[in-house]
Amino acid sequence: MKITTPEFKENAVKALANDNLQKALGNVEKGFIGKRQAAADALPEFEALRDKARDIKDHTLAHLDLYLKAYEEKVVESGGHVHWAQTAEDARNIVLDICRTANAKTVTKGKSMISEEMGINEFLEEKGIQPIETDLGEYIIQLRGEAPSHIIAPAVHVLKEQVEADFREEHDHLPEGRNLDEPETLLDEARTVLRQKFIDADVGITGANFLVAETGTSIIVTNEGNGDLTQTLPRVHIVLASIEKIAPTLEDVSQILRVLARSATGQDMSVYTTFSTGPRREGDVDGPEEYHVVLLDNGRTNMIGTEFQDMLRCIRCGACMNHCPVYHAVGGHAYGWVYPGPMGAVLTPSLKGVEDGGNLPNASTFCGRCEAVCPMRIPLPKMMRHWREREFEKNLNPAVQRWGLKTWAWFAQRPRLYQLGARVAMRGLSIMGGKKGRLAKMPLGSGWTKYRDMPAPEGETFQAQWAAHKGRAK
Amino acid sequence: MSGREAILGKIRSQVGADQDPATRRTTVADRLAKAPRGIIPKRGQLDPRAQLKLFCDRAEAVQTTTTVVKDYSQVAEAVSDYLRSRNLPQAVRMGTDPRLEGADWSKAPNLTRDVGPSDGSDPVGLSHATAGVAETGTLVLTSGSDNPTTVNFLPENHIIVIDAADIKGDYESALDQVRSMAGKGLMPRTVNMITGPSRSGDIEQTILLGAHGPRSLHVIVVEG
Amino acid sequence: MSNPSVGLFVTCLVDLFRPNVGFAAVDLLEKAGCVVSVPPAQTCCGQPAYNSGDRADTRAIAEQVIAAFEKFDYVVAPSGSCAAMLKKHYPELFAGDAAWEERANAFSGKVFELVSFLTDVMFVSDVDAHFDGSVTYHDSCSGLRELGISRQPRKLLAQVDGLELKEMKDPDVCCGFGGTFCVKYSDISNAIVAKKTDNVEAAQADLLLAGDLGCLMNMSGKLHREGRNTKARHVAEVLAGRLDVPAIGDSK
Ligand code: SF4
Repeated sequence: MKITTPEFKENAVKALANDNLQKALGNVEKGFIGKRQAAADALPEFEALRDKARDIKDHTLAHLDLYLKAYEEKVVESGGHVHWAQTAEDARNIVLDICRTANAKTVTKGKSMISEEMGINEFLEEKGIQPIETDLGEYIIQLRGEAPSHIIAPAVHVLKEQVEADFREEHDHLPEGRNLDEPETLLDEARTVLRQKFIDADVGITGANFLVAETGTSIIVTNEGNGDLTQTLPRVHIVLASIEKIAPTLEDVSQILRVLARSATGQDMSVYTTFSTGPRREGDVDGPEEYHVVLLDNGRTNMIGTEFQDMLRCIRCGACMNHCPVYHAVGGHAYGWVYPGPMGAVLTPSLKGVEDGGNLPNASTFCGRCEAVCPMRIPLPKMMRHWREREFEKNLNPAVQRWGLKTWAWFAQRPRLYQLGARVAMRGLSIMGGKKGRLAKMPLGSGWTKYRDMPAPEGETFQAQWAAHKGRAK
Repeated sequence: MSGREAILGKIRSQVGADQDPATRRTTVADRLAKAPRGIIPKRGQLDPRAQLKLFCDRAEAVQTTTTVVKDYSQVAEAVSDYLRSRNLPQAVRMGTDPRLEGADWSKAPNLTRDVGPSDGSDPVGLSHATAGVAETGTLVLTSGSDNPTTVNFLPENHIIVIDAADIKGDYESALDQVRSMAGKGLMPRTVNMITGPSRSGDIEQTILLGAHGPRSLHVIVVEG
Repeated sequence: MSNPSVGLFVTCLVDLFRPNVGFAAVDLLEKAGCVVSVPPAQTCCGQPAYNSGDRADTRAIAEQVIAAFEKFDYVVAPSGSCAAMLKKHYPELFAGDAAWEERANAFSGKVFELVSFLTDVMFVSDVDAHFDGSVTYHDSCSGLRELGISRQPRKLLAQVDGLELKEMKDPDVCCGFGGTFCVKYSDISNAIVAKKTDNVEAAQADLLLAGDLGCLMNMSGKLHREGRNTKARHVAEVLAGRLDVPAIGDSK
């Protein structure tokens, strides 16, 4: 996937001017926030479980090499294969080899952010293999030739009228008069079309929410059931997972499951939590004959042991973006790569480099709502600040900004000079504000006054008035 | 294998360098062996009667319907009644689960039972659960010829029979039940935890039932 | 400690733009029985540098603040955001620094935001103020989420004679200020503050209150630009009854 994160600002301006998008984004606030709160409130142990979930992942990351090995051993024991991929390219080639060996023409896919990160769809298509997204949201955006704009609601930026238009265009068997006005009828249409694809596919690719070291199990958490059909019906099942998906035991998974759905959709539990361990067994009448796991690094080992390690606790619930005012304003595509919102603002520079991803950690008010809802207690604002520090160290921010900051900091460390300068400047601004008490334009302040007035200062600074007041009192 | 060594080596050097390798290994082996439990919600620790009620309440809260019957002699009728009430044909697709086979099917003489995996053409699937979880009204099903996984997903309607004694309070206890089938560290090929009928909110966040899996889910609890 | 000594950390915005808030803070603290000092060697808490990734300058500023204020029993700021910087982030800055860590932690332990200091430390439960009209209160993010300030200002506002509190929709959602964010990403900031002013106006209160001048300048600037009716003030001005200075950005 081409990264447009360096053009974040331009992307944002376009997004703000896109009426359909703005209308659709209203659904994020309506659809997620209240439900999450209600689900969290209904479970008295919720906050304690968040602590527990954080501790489990911290422990796992501190022993990740050993848990990965234990996991691999168990997968092999159950008849599955484990493939290790350092880069997205390695992973793509591994998948291609498996597909070619299986003689695959079509591949069904369950929702997987890792597969977006790998850019597997374009790649397989180039190689003559047709990938078919089966999650309803993913299917819609595949028809539209778009990337997901949200990690759990990939088509949240699309209105139902737009879905209808896409279906009419792509499904040429549809009679003119077929009613597609309601979400129900759109869902039926997708269900019918995709059912045959599930049955015809040679290979099914899913992601994984967890990999269990104790048992060699991969787990997917879904609501539609498409992931299950994807991994049950084809002859070959490929699991794409990044290395930090490991959890030690079934007990640990149970703990995290209690915060996952509640944080994501406000459900107590998603509809389908499916545990897969190896291929079809003797006596089984269904299930895949081959079971492969591709373990992807793609930059994550660079984060381990650094101030960004906490980000690897992320379970991709989407709560941070659901509660983010910046995400609400511009939507997911503006972020320019796979991961949007606060988690994307930390992950994108971590995986793609701060040179390309640097815009994102800066585009935050640090309101802290993401951290307040993150089930894994990831200190997202703090890590965004760390990225700003790296940027500053590398001299990546614009010269004017640096110069302004440095000048201000120089004065801030010299209180007497600062106060003298402040008195003069505030008197000046106050006079410019005149009787109105505010400014509609201000030198060097167009970033502010483009959209708002600048309240004029009272006149004398507090320090000056206080000194005078104290003087009188004596 | 080079990718493997590179990834593992890098992790080791970043997190394990200043620790004694033997201690790290013991820590991990210990945790895997003991699988310590974490926080179990209070609502999952009730007496069996209250647990059954909670299970049914939670299930119904996510659009699962429930019936409680005395013993297996009433299962066939319960299935047949349900199909009639939903205006569905008197036919089910099922595996070879002995508890289901042993139900008194003569009580539902008009009901056909097709045995084997589903190919997507059956309107109704019938399965037997390995366990249930009261805290969220969740059913736990395990794969095999007795309860093929395709029966859980391809038919438009799904009926699941469960023994009241198998309803546990929490996920941990239910998964323990699964473990007890094959032994610690061993899992059936597929374990499906199912909480309500299939749904999607992908079109404008409007929740609709029956996305790719069953549109309806009915549970028959056998008290016996 | 019947009459604790309090060092008032004025904050740069109050110092420069709205001294009235500083005097309101002094009034409230003195009324609560504190002995208030305003050390002249203060400029800013260092947030602009800190949030721009400039750690070296932040530390230099922080050292200066600690040196100027550590002698007081308490350090109080009329801003959740600056108080959170002093209380929560200074310890992070000095973590692992043998010479400073302990000093910074001791200092941070004494820091409080004004309104929560009054209610939670000085146990103030009543104020001697009067306001004829309705107000709506915006929870500024740092105060709310880093310091847990939300019921304290409402509790004191309820004691103001004649005042009616009308809650707006989403009072706890960011106003889009974010320090330098509002100028670096002005288009996004504008979209966020426009939602906020819609909610403010819909509450139909006479006055918008908050505990942070940055947010207030942002919201009042937008309210003025949109020609809305609601005026904006710092919550301390109402609690101290210092209403003779025009509302923020209003004509003199
Ligand atoms: S960062 Fe936290 S809130 Fe955001 S997706 Fe990850 S786990 Fe969820």
